[in-house]
Amino acid sequence: MREIAFLLNGEPVELCDVPVTRTLLDWLREDRGLTGTKEGCNEGDCGACTVMVSDGSGTRTLNSCILFLPQLHGKAVRTVEGVSGPDGSLHPVQQAMVRHHGSQCGFCTPGFVVSMACAHKNGMHDFDVQLAGNLCRCTGYAPIVRAAEDAASEPVPDWIAEDGTLPAAFATASDGGVSGIAPESADELAALYVAHPDAVLVAGATDVGLAVTKALQEPERFLFLGGIQDLNAIDVGPKAVRIGAMATLSEIGDAIADLHPSLGELIRRFGSVQVRNAATIGGNIANGSPVGDLPPALIALGARLHLRRGNDRRDLPLEDFFLDYGVQDRAPGEFVEAVSFPRQTDRLRCYKLSKRFDQDISAVCGCFSIRVRNGRVNEARVAFGGMAAIPTRARHVENALSGQEWSETAIRAARDAWGQDFTPLTDLRASTAYRLDSARNMLTRAFLDDQGTDTNVLEVAP
Amino acid sequence: MSVGTPLPHDAAILHVTGAAHYVDDVPVPEGTLSLAFGISSMAHGRITGMELGEVRAAAGTVAVLTASDLPFANDVSPSVHDEPLLADGKVHYLGQPLFLVAADTHLAARKAARLGKIGYEELPAILSIDDALAAGSRFEEGPRVYLKGDVEAALAAAEHVVEGSIEIGAQEHFYLEGHAALALPQDSGDMIVHCSSQHPSEIQHKVADALGVPMHAVQVVVRRMGGGFGGKESQANAVAVACAVAARATGRPCKMRYDRDDDFMITGKRHDFRIDYLAGFDDSGRLAVVDFTQYCRCGWAQDLSLPVADRAMLHADNAYRLPTARITSHRLKTNTQSATAFRGFGGPQGMVGIERVIDHVAHQLGMDPLDVRRINFYAAANKASSGNGTPARNPAEGTPQTTPYHMPVEDFVLHDMVEELEETSDYHARRAAIAEWNSANSVLKKGIALTPVKFGISFTLTHLNQAGALVHVYHDGSIHMNHGGTEMGQGLFQKVAQVAASSFCVPLECVKVTATDTGKVPNTSATAASSGSDINGMAVKAACDQIRERMSAHLAETRQIKPQDVNFRAGRVQAGADEMSFAEAARECYEGRVSLSATGFYQTPRIQWDRIRGKGRPFYYFAYGAAVSEIVLDTLTGENRILRTDILHDAGSSLNPAIDIGQIEGGYVQGAGWLTMEELVWDSNGRLLTHAPSTYKIPACSDRPDVFNVSLWSKGRNAAETIHRSKAVGEPPLMLGISALFALSDAVASCGSAYPALGAPATPERLLNAVNRVRTP
Ligand SMILES: Cc1cc2nc3c(=O)[nH]c(=O)nc-3n(C[C@H](O)[C@H](O)[C@H](O)COP(=O)(O)OP(=O)(O)OC[C@H]3O[C@@H](n4cnc5c(N)ncnc54)[C@H](O)[C@@H]3O)c2cc1C
Ligand code: FES
Ligand code: FES
Repeated sequence: MREIAFLLNGEPVELCDVPVTRTLLDWLREDRGLTGTKEGCNEGDCGACTVMVSDGSGTRTLNSCILFLPQLHGKAVRTVEGVSGPDGSLHPVQQAMVRHHGSQCGFCTPGFVVSMACAHKNGMHDFDVQLAGNLCRCTGYAPIVRAAEDAASEPVPDWIAEDGTLPAAFATASDGGVSGIAPESADELAALYVAHPDAVLVAGATDVGLAVTKALQEPERFLFLGGIQDLNAIDVGPKAVRIGAMATLSEIGDAIADLHPSLGELIRRFGSVQVRNAATIGGNIANGSPVGDLPPALIALGARLHLRRGNDRRDLPLEDFFLDYGVQDRAPGEFVEAVSFPRQTDRLRCYKLSKRFDQDISAVCGCFSIRVRNGRVNEARVAFGGMAAIPTRARHVENALSGQEWSETAIRAARDAWGQDFTPLTDLRASTAYRLDSARNMLTRAFLDDQGTDTNVLEVAP
Repeated sequence: MSVGTPLPHDAAILHVTGAAHYVDDVPVPEGTLSLAFGISSMAHGRITGMELGEVRAAAGTVAVLTASDLPFANDVSPSVHDEPLLADGKVHYLGQPLFLVAADTHLAARKAARLGKIGYEELPAILSIDDALAAGSRFEEGPRVYLKGDVEAALAAAEHVVEGSIEIGAQEHFYLEGHAALALPQDSGDMIVHCSSQHPSEIQHKVADALGVPMHAVQVVVRRMGGGFGGKESQANAVAVACAVAARATGRPCKMRYDRDDDFMITGKRHDFRIDYLAGFDDSGRLAVVDFTQYCRCGWAQDLSLPVADRAMLHADNAYRLPTARITSHRLKTNTQSATAFRGFGGPQGMVGIERVIDHVAHQLGMDPLDVRRINFYAAANKASSGNGTPARNPAEGTPQTTPYHMPVEDFVLHDMVEELEETSDYHARRAAIAEWNSANSVLKKGIALTPVKFGISFTLTHLNQAGALVHVYHDGSIHMNHGGTEMGQGLFQKVAQVAASSFCVPLECVKVTATDTGKVPNTSATAASSGSDINGMAVKAACDQIRERMSAHLAETRQIKPQDVNFRAGRVQAGADEMSFAEAARECYEGRVSLSATGFYQTPRIQWDRIRGKGRPFYYFAYGAAVSEIVLDTLTGENRILRTDILHDAGSSLNPAIDIGQIEGGYVQGAGWLTMEELVWDSNGRLLTHAPSTYKIPACSDRPDVFNVSLWSKGRNAAETIHRSKAVGEPPLMLGISALFALSDAVASCGSAYPALGAPATPERLLNAVNRVRTP
């Protein structure tokens, strides 16, 4: 018997034999009659379905439309209905939203309220970031941000604070629950996956979720990796940084931003808070997407990928993992265990180009690590997403740069190499010509950046 | 008095607690079925066969309907009956509904709907404006033309001429709540429909036709929408009719909501346009003549395209007097989604056309575009008589200045407004500072633009300018109010409740606005054309006035005083020497057998319009506004951001300043989104590639301007006799977003000498191309 247990707005819930791909959103709305949580897109992009999820490591927002019930086992879930107090009193962010006219049609509002209440609990005040995953078509956001600012200094209500301390029964997440589909250790996963190589691994489900809600796929078997205790460590050692496959983008952002600020900024623009709280590095690599944002950055850092099948382990340069569109060097039953890259003086520059700054998939993502000695390019690692069927190193560009004086000369020297490295597609995000042009210009930007020239519109104050 | 007070939205507390019900939240009876459409995967073709065996066999399927299963009207068109609910033999766009699945659950219906095997004989698809022109594929027999003066002669006489063309992209509404409806069959064969529609009366009419019953057998209820923006004016018909016919066929309640991707694929969007122009002007930038040709991509069915295209023509002047003008409008029929109403209804596209002309003229003359704008403004309203529409006179002409459709412009206030905005926004100093900043920065460039808005208020289809209301005063003094308008977030219910509360001088809590209901107020117009509070507010006031008069008459008669000596004030009623609460007064009137219920009706005065000849007075009045946007552009990638926006908007004597400011902030961001990041892309087969928020990007939180100053014009007061002298505010602010496009153009222009000729949406890619263009002489 598969049992999933969690707290819902403070009350224990136990579910038996629910379909493993039942999303929290559908369950809340259709089975529980909790219709405050809305569906705006069913694919993680609008935030109308935002809920708060707490466990021993804190409270975070997630999009409930791409969150499967087994992922909640042992956690505390709070929906908009639980943001107001048990006696119906309004949370400070709710009061502020009314005061500041933060709702018009009101359909996005529950999602905003949950994101705001979570930011409020966590003491986060960078509201443009905290609310980047919540779309509103009516207000233009200004009154919502005013409300968030206004409520920031008010105390966290008791009923919200208590989610941090789960009752003992829930603290040990997985006692007997969801057995057979939710391994608790890498070893257990290794064994299960070799036994069932056709299973779909579910890490943060920000891709797998869409396969279910949009492509309407019905895979036979899932393995949920969320309960694995030993796959999410981020180890910043003296020689190398090693990131477990299950580390989320949020966790990586926190751990890496000081070492490589440009990567920190790239991660800040990866999806939204809700997406980053779910999405893992393992999923971002294993999905083999040509426009995944971490691979180019990691390749530029010289990362190696650590794979495991049963008890066999191997590692390879990350760029060699991607073979062709949709094809990776990963055997049946083999999974991503970790990624590592050498500690290095920061020379990384990451440029993510998209129609919208926040929560948009890159048209082009260019990452540069260019080391200069005595005014000349000593080593260049340049990697791109969005320029080919897979994340790719720009080897001709790297070669053309190396040994050149680090100046306009180097940029000129590489001019023709771009066309040798890349013949990008035209698609809904950008044309071939624009992709090539902007990729080329990113090198100029990397150079000007180095010279202290302002090149980032996000850093310009009014 | 409650009118003029910045009260929160009437449902604000329900919104923030998640308690507000939208259609999909209404508890449904057991056995309710969920519906989904099977849709076409080809843009144009003849259906040679539909194999639906697997659909019927799929888990959860209860019924599958095709066109041949519809016993009565297979039609959801709001205009000319050219839009079948389910395709009947031919498909006209990729995404067209072909069959309807009713299943146990929403998910089961969606899954089954994908299992249809459709055979097609492919026909050539007409996708673009050029395809349609080449094939002569259009609505109406030929282009519509508005003409004022002798265009050829004026062009020949002009000192300077510019010629150009601008492409203006479409826009998806992206109401956060997708389309949804619920049909509940009644014992008598009647049907109750809950839906998310701006036009309940049309839903009633369409459902009645589809069921073969009179309209009285259908009741349509709309409590609220999770956004509409015009996208639920006609496009809600299909969902509601589908529910009704499936409910009739199965005898069970039926609910349908589009998955977001279906919503994008099936429903219409804002019309995309190409506008060609030829303009003659003098050294000072004064326009002598403009010749516009507007090409409007309407999609496969007529829907509301004719009035949309008309409104684009009607706004081809924006705020500028065009002494001689020709506006030619082509309404092109293509094998794409049927473009539909969207906030502004063609007006924004027309306005972008003339703003482009101004920008181009200024560039050619090396002038600040604001100076060119100002010199071309219509003459200011005659201040002495601004109370009642005496036409402004141009000293030179000695007659009122008229638009290209020959309507006198009598209430023009932009001279004053722009002057005030220039000052409050510090326009000139900032323009100078930007020039300096740009010369110091090689990669990043700033730009600034001030653009005005003059937007005509009224439905251009004259008979739609009517509204009804139903008001009851109960004998405990509480007031129940209903009107034909629908609530989609614009705060209409609250504004109208404020009108009612003010009519009786009672606190707002005494007034309850209930769901819009075709059983209470019949034959209503769509809540559209920004008209909601203008016409419904007046209708409610008319109803309240009647009840108040009856109350006054009764209270006066029983006391042998004059009705004028009965006064309603601050929740109390003074009748001669007696003073009582409003509730006591209501009780006394009830006991005196006075009717405390009334219907109110309003028809907008003074309008008459001949849309074929392009002559008359289509609008009761104009709404005005102006915005200054400052942006920064990265010339290496085209990435950009709005740094600061200052807006001054004329809401007349605002009914609710907080709600109006909300409309302005939201409208600006939506307008700027349309012209910058929101891009709809179709492939060469006519498949919409941007069909979800993952691929179609509306502005997010950080895209709003860093500094965002929005004010209502303190001198605003409607010269026309509208409800409490307020002005409509739903659509006009969207067009304030045009300033962002021209600020971007300004930044691009600073990179070289050629004119940027920037199209919309100004995505990073289009901007980088424009930068490259101005740099290559
Ligand atoms: C709204 C939204 C915004 C997004 N924005 C971005 C963005 O800005 N940039 C970006 O790069 N991506 C983005 N994504 C895509 C996605 O979030 C990322 O690719 C994410 O990192 C996937 O991780 P996950 O843990 O959610 O993967 P899952 O969905 O759980 O899995 C993804 C795939 O990887 C496999 N997998 C997962 N873990 C392992 C493992 N350890 N070993 C082997 N296989 C594994 C799964 O079986 C599956 O095939 C976005 C997605 C959404 C929904
Ligand atoms: S419904 Fe849009 S993010 Fe979940
Ligand atoms: S209030 Fe309507 S979408 Fe935000």
